[in-house]
Amino acid sequence: MMTGNVATAEGAIAAGCRYFFGYPITPQNDIPRYMSEQLPQIGGVYLQAESELASINLVYGAASTGAYVMTSSSSPGISLMQEGLSYLLGAELPAVVVNMVRGGPGLGNIAPAQSDYWLSTRGAGHGDFGCLTFTPDSVQELYDCTYDAFEIGHKYRLPVMILGDAMIANMSEATRLRERREPPTQMPEWAVGGRRNGRPRRVVNSLWTDVPVMEAVNLRIAERFRQAAQEQTRWEEYGDDRPDILFTAYGISARICKTAIDRLADEGLRARLLRPITVRPFPTDPFARWAGQVERIVCVEHSMGQFIEDVRLSVDCRPVELISRTGGVLMTPEEVIARTRELIAS
Amino acid sequence: MAQTTQTEALPSHEEAVYRRPAALTETQMRYCPGCTHGTAHRLIAEVLDELELTDRTVAIATVGCSVYAYEYFNTDSVQAAHGRGPAVATGIKRTSPDSIVFTYQGDGDLAAIGLSEVIHSAQRGECITVLFLNNAVFGMTRGQMAPTTLVGQRTTTTPQGRDPKLEGTPMMICEMLSGIPGVAYLARETMIDPKTVADARRSIKKAFQAQADGAGFSLVELVSSCPAWWHKSPLESLHWIRDEMLTQYPLKVFVDYKRQD
Repeated sequence: MMTGNVATAEGAIAAGCRYFFGYPITPQNDIPRYMSEQLPQIGGVYLQAESELASINLVYGAASTGAYVMTSSSSPGISLMQEGLSYLLGAELPAVVVNMVRGGPGLGNIAPAQSDYWLSTRGAGHGDFGCLTFTPDSVQELYDCTYDAFEIGHKYRLPVMILGDAMIANMSEATRLRERREPPTQMPEWAVGGRRNGRPRRVVNSLWTDVPVMEAVNLRIAERFRQAAQEQTRWEEYGDDRPDILFTAYGISARICKTAIDRLADEGLRARLLRPITVRPFPTDPFARWAGQVERIVCVEHSMGQFIEDVRLSVDCRPVELISRTGGVLMTPEEVIARTRELIAS
Repeated sequence: MAQTTQTEALPSHEEAVYRRPAALTETQMRYCPGCTHGTAHRLIAEVLDELELTDRTVAIATVGCSVYAYEYFNTDSVQAAHGRGPAVATGIKRTSPDSIVFTYQGDGDLAAIGLSEVIHSAQRGECITVLFLNNAVFGMTRGQMAPTTLVGQRTTTTPQGRDPKLEGTPMMICEMLSGIPGVAYLARETMIDPKTVADARRSIKKAFQAQADGAGFSLVELVSSCPAWWHKSPLESLHWIRDEMLTQYPLKVFVDYKRQD
């Protein structure tokens, strides 16, 4: 048994991550605690930064040497990291950034929320891109997604966001661990660290004042997103094979939906869950497949209607109904069932 | 670009006494006439070559007039976000401890938006070297007030001169850092005549030596000119450094890890 925070940290270590930079913020403090204890014992570096601005730029520096590097934070801290995320994207540097989302906007609270969906998928800083984004719904999946995130980030030279929330970060579940892997010994051909042995110098940079060059860089990055969409899109389907209702939800909302679907089945209502495990790339294909086969599509999220936009773009103009709470309020399965009944009755 | 100056054969009766350091590329710099950035670049490059550190070095270019420093230093280079150079340098140094890492920052980058990063890097005793170019003005963005702007100095955004009641007083970076135990070498120099250029070179060398020795954080402040936004000729600018800037920013070696106290 371990908490989601610890599973995330251990998943990173198992993947070969040896560098962690962070700044304290609830509800993710168990990640830096675990890293500060573990990393020095295995030849790694844990460094507490003076701010999230520093954290993400420590990550930027470490990433430019080709190292597996990670930081974690929660919503207000991620806002501060957006500048650095944009630079990571622009300089084509991979890194793993964990966001255990809490209620917002502003200082908000420390309760579970999903209100950083746009921040992660649309606006990871200025410029033309978001992050590759995983949305695990269990402690096991936090571990697995974080484990995979480093290799995937390096393959496409993109920052990867693990988009969790205060609930999965702090709940405890049985978790199957893999053997800890050593960090990669072969540094990528773009990594800096001194020219050594007279090799040509390398530059990590996001400044391109020659506009056609900047466009070419953006097209190159876009191509990597396209490749990642083909190769890395993940989702899970759960429930009835011939559903009347298609629920869709990610993260903690999906856990609540699974319970609601089981209970609705007991009441004779056929429902299925389509749960994205990656939201960027978004699993558009299964949405397109199911959209024409169900009577209604219901999106369940703990935000004011952010995730639903990607759902609507994927269901061939079919109507999508929203069940949501916000501000850190978590729905019970009973509330989801009751509000589904209301939608059916209306 | 090809480095030709180092390999060109010279006629036997001639001896080269001045050539481009190997640590500088052939790229033509974009600095304004009379600006001291070029001198500073050359001194850094000479020192890296002399200490045989060029092949181990990662230069951090920051934001401001020196944003293209990654094109000028013939080393691995990383371009950093505005003010974040010391954090980026730390990230590199911690993952690649054999590298020599330096940031090249102006007064806007270091003293305004990046103050937190430089102070905390010094406080950690981070083995990096910071070259801090102080010309009392934001150059690239067209001459606005900087934290280091002198009292009474006219800038684009202090058209009546900096008023300490409204805009505070010039920020003394070396004096702020001088009490921090993690600082191994700290000096303020300038480059207005052969003697001060030689002094600056010596301090830059000691700063890099401090890093190579693993002694801690090192920073050299170079009181520099900005003829374009001071609205002065190159020569008048050097005189203005001597008569005005150095009164506010006296030259001094604040910390030297090798000095016996």
